[in-house]
Amino acid sequence: MEVVIQQLVNGLFLGSIYALLALGYTMVYGIIKLINFAHGEIYMLGGFMGYFFINKLSLGFFPALILSMVGAAVIGVVIEFLAYRPLRKSTRIAALITAIGVSFLLQNGMIYWLGPEKKSFPQAIEFKNYQLGFIQISNIQVLILVISLVLMVALQLIVKKTKMGKAMRAVSVDADAAQLMGINVNRTISFTFALGSALAAAAGMLIGLYYNSIDPMMGVVPGLKSFVAAVLGGIGIIPGAALGGFVIGLLETITIALGFSDYKDAVVYALLIIILLIRPAGILGKNIKEKV
Amino acid sequence: MKKNLKYNVVWLLIAALAYAFIYILYVTGVITPFTEYTLITIGINIMLALGLNLIIGFSGQFSLGHAGFMAIGAYSAAIMSVKYPTMGGFFSGILLGIILSGIVALVVGIPTLRLKGDYLAIATLGISEIIRIIIINMKDVTNGPAGIFGIPPMVNWSLVFGFVVIVTLIIVNFIHSGPGRATMAIREDEIAAESMGVNTTKYKVAAFIIGAVTASVAGAIYSSYVQTIAPKDFGFMKSIDILIIVVFGGIGSVTGTFISAIVLGILNMFLQDAGALRMIIYALALIIIMIFKPGGLLGTWEFSVKKIVKKKEDKSNASIER
Repeated sequence: MEVVIQQLVNGLFLGSIYALLALGYTMVYGIIKLINFAHGEIYMLGGFMGYFFINKLSLGFFPALILSMVGAAVIGVVIEFLAYRPLRKSTRIAALITAIGVSFLLQNGMIYWLGPEKKSFPQAIEFKNYQLGFIQISNIQVLILVISLVLMVALQLIVKKTKMGKAMRAVSVDADAAQLMGINVNRTISFTFALGSALAAAAGMLIGLYYNSIDPMMGVVPGLKSFVAAVLGGIGIIPGAALGGFVIGLLETITIALGFSDYKDAVVYALLIIILLIRPAGILGKNIKEKV
Repeated sequence: MKKNLKYNVVWLLIAALAYAFIYILYVTGVITPFTEYTLITIGINIMLALGLNLIIGFSGQFSLGHAGFMAIGAYSAAIMSVKYPTMGGFFSGILLGIILSGIVALVVGIPTLRLKGDYLAIATLGISEIIRIIIINMKDVTNGPAGIFGIPPMVNWSLVFGFVVIVTLIIVNFIHSGPGRATMAIREDEIAAESMGVNTTKYKVAAFIIGAVTASVAGAIYSSYVQTIAPKDFGFMKSIDILIIVVFGGIGSVTGTFISAIVLGILNMFLQDAGALRMIIYALALIIIMIFKPGGLLGTWEFSVKKIVKKKEDKSNASIER
């Protein structure tokens, strides 16, 4: 029983990372119907930016976190402007191939520049273990959970309470109608990319701190898994992405706890296929019939 | 009928000429063991990319799981031909791969191809990863992550050539058949095709299975040629490599696939030591092509003997009228 609860707690931390990433996917998909394959690479870049800010500029963890979130937001906007905006009106396959191209470019660019080997992330925060009854929690795990929850609540507030959030929701429902109402669609989409990328960068830094290592290929698998999380929760729905992230994190740790750690990725993909079969709109999604 | 016979004879001649050309290259010593690798890789890539182009270019469904089906074929052929190191063993391995990949494509295709949009891309990517993870974990059969080595070499360039011709024939014939036209109608407008009475799921699944089977055949030939395979050879990167060939050639062009497989094959030979830089160039090219020519470099253009002959006839008619 203790082991199960311990694993569930561990799953929660992993899940909050997936949730942060899934939010970016879900917002971008909700607004321009594009699977942003490069999102996992923004997460990787976030980790590397944190590494440089802490190592080279000897900043503390939190200033580095904020700086790399800002940096990733800028990169996200630039990618959207250069690669995705010219394709707004073309086929979805073309946009998807471009996204794969961008993700490939960022990966190989980093490999070319820094080499493919793992780098150890500076331990900017001293590791401490706490014993809560029979459960073991480290301060870094608590930090991950707290930062993720704060960011998620902040995002929810931005989307629900601000003018820009209202514009985002309007564009995701109908971009043309939103434009007619005087909303600057391009700026709204840029803002969405900035928000999503900032969250991804935070996730990248947190995972770097947690596992103590970063490498140029680290974004591929978490990127795909968090996309699965976004689909699971209902793509385009922000609370759904958070829920999906936590479900994937828990599922993964349960699989490991049951002794099938070799199959942990396979289980996630199998879950995706099952979800697409029985509830393509996701857990929180409503099924919408396509109109001709 | 007679007219079609004429075109077929021309195509047969082109194939024979290509064969003779490669044969001469061999005899004159232009093709060394080093360049032979490039030649055979081009052949394998043509088969892989034709299958993927059928799925992406002709039926309009985006699959990212091609490497998974290639892995099924490669492992079936490798396991069978290690057990029975004869030509018969190799061919039964190919057959096993065809059956297995066909079944997997059917089981996976029926549910996922009902979905519209790009969920299919992620679903197929997931499937190919699942296949890879299963291969890694079936240690008794597949030797786990270390892979299989010492696979008896059964293929030479003329066998690869033969297979390329057969695969091309099957795919081109499918495209020009009734089901092929229905498949292309789905690509153009799925809802319109459906309302005209086309069973969209059926044709999408058919195209998907043919694509998967050709990938498996290509995988079988690959395993027998390189003689060592490991699960990591069939990861996401491999699927992207094939996608790059399809996109460079033209999404929906058989001719384009041939040209781009050949050009990229030769380019790869020279860029072999460039490593990450080569991938940067490819990625940039992918983005730039998509922005300026979203249908791929050649689009859906095809080299056609029929059109050339017809054009000449039209011209001669015009001159008579004048």
